[in-house]
Amino acid sequence: MIEMENVHKVYDNGVTALSGVTTKVEDGEFVYVVGQSGAGKSSFIKLMYHEEVPSDGKVQINHVDVGNIKKRQVPYLRRSIGVIYQDFKLLPKMTAYENVAFALEVIEENPRKIRRRVMEVLDKVGLKHKARFIPAQLSGGEQQRVAIARAIVNNPKIVIADEPTGNLDPDTSWEIMRIFEEVNDTGTTVIMATHSREIVNTIRKRVIAMENGQVVRDEHRGEYGYED
Amino acid sequence: MKISTLKRHVREGAKNLIRNSWMTVAAVGAVTTTLVLVAAFLILILNLNQIAENIESDAEIRAFLELNTSDEEVESVGNEIEGISQVTNYQFSSKEEELENLIDDLGEEGESWELFEQDNPLNHVYVIQTEEAEDLSPVADQIGQIDKVESVEYGSETVDRLLQFNQYARYIGIGFIAALLLTAIFLISNTIKMTINARSEEIGIMRLVGAKNSFIRGPFFVEGLLTGVIGSIIPVTAVLVGYHFLYVNLNDRLNFQFIELLPWNPFAWQLSLMLLGIGAFIGIWGSVMSVRKFLRI
Repeated sequence: MIEMENVHKVYDNGVTALSGVTTKVEDGEFVYVVGQSGAGKSSFIKLMYHEEVPSDGKVQINHVDVGNIKKRQVPYLRRSIGVIYQDFKLLPKMTAYENVAFALEVIEENPRKIRRRVMEVLDKVGLKHKARFIPAQLSGGEQQRVAIARAIVNNPKIVIADEPTGNLDPDTSWEIMRIFEEVNDTGTTVIMATHSREIVNTIRKRVIAMENGQVVRDEHRGEYGYED
Repeated sequence: MKISTLKRHVREGAKNLIRNSWMTVAAVGAVTTTLVLVAAFLILILNLNQIAENIESDAEIRAFLELNTSDEEVESVGNEIEGISQVTNYQFSSKEEELENLIDDLGEEGESWELFEQDNPLNHVYVIQTEEAEDLSPVADQIGQIDKVESVEYGSETVDRLLQFNQYARYIGIGFIAALLLTAIFLISNTIKMTINARSEEIGIMRLVGAKNSFIRGPFFVEGLLTGVIGSIIPVTAVLVGYHFLYVNLNDRLNFQFIELLPWNPFAWQLSLMLLGIGAFIGIWGSVMSVRKFLRI
């Protein structure tokens, strides 16, 4: 369960990204976070994996105040959440396999289990045959699928995606969405910031709409709702 | 840390060396150059040290007694010398023995000195050793005061100068080696930093995936260690081969009793081990220092 309580975020340069966000996401939900650029979507997401900390208010994940954890606890928080980025953030010199395996090496999983699990997840995202390719040899959609594989390889309870289809063409985007739905079907909470009206209006889920750092709309099976 | 993680770090560290091959060449080059210089300095300093020590331990005081000294007086002088605390050893050498030694030392020419056996112009001599070369001068002064001692000799100039030179050589050499090592660490860390700017993004990604700093540092440690070890291959080979050559050639030519180089075995091996250790140390330090900045956030 993710809870935000009157969260404010003001950056060092004085920009106010969030002003008084209160919301709650139950386990197993699928939530879109929509809004124009600068509305606070990214800050909203970054607070959850301690890339940013709230200036005021509380962000709790399973009752842990993640804005207030010690530096050395940050890696443990991140291991429990799978994060997917618009620019994939794959390690460029490692193969698809190595990128996914990295998330398990970090938690010192035993090598045999790593091998089995990585191939299993790569199979799930349809890239088993490209395990030995490095990111530069893969298309954008394929890279994003590797990133998803890395995010879910550790069976996290929460998957967070920051505009995961932002750099992809429509066909590829649908493929990515199918994988997210599958992930959600296994009980994983999925939170996805997006700009895609088409996706939000087609695959209907809960929508949290943001404007000027505040939640202006929160509806189940909601619509994208405004002009870009 | 689990064994499998250790293996992983070794694997990744080795891969990084291959992935950044030109950087590896530069870093290994820096280690190699440094170690060759360090080796040259160490060979020089340690041998100088050895030579100085030989001379120091050979150094002795010769106290010449007056010609008309009686046997009783000889004995009383001996007693007084024995009473000086820094004296470790002393021997009496009568004028007859002195003449014999002189004749022996001079070889064929010495035969002409045999005439003097009738009327020996030499003095009785006491030969005195001290524990420390530094004690030679005060002890010699003290002996000079003793009644019936005509003069003392201990090669004061030579010994004093040598002691001083050796002291300076040691300081300068150690200073030079320290400077070299610092330069090498700086060079290596800078070389690795050149590629690390590209790698800083990777480090950021690793952190986002939940890697702890120690985990990120692991491969860098291995990378540094390997850089150091590879960098010491040429210097170690050069020492083992070169010092053998030096030892064989120079020792024959410098066939003085007091100038003797440290023997190839074990010195060359000890030095090699030392170089390997220094190489590994500067490699690791340079490498780990280069990531520090990116792990501090």
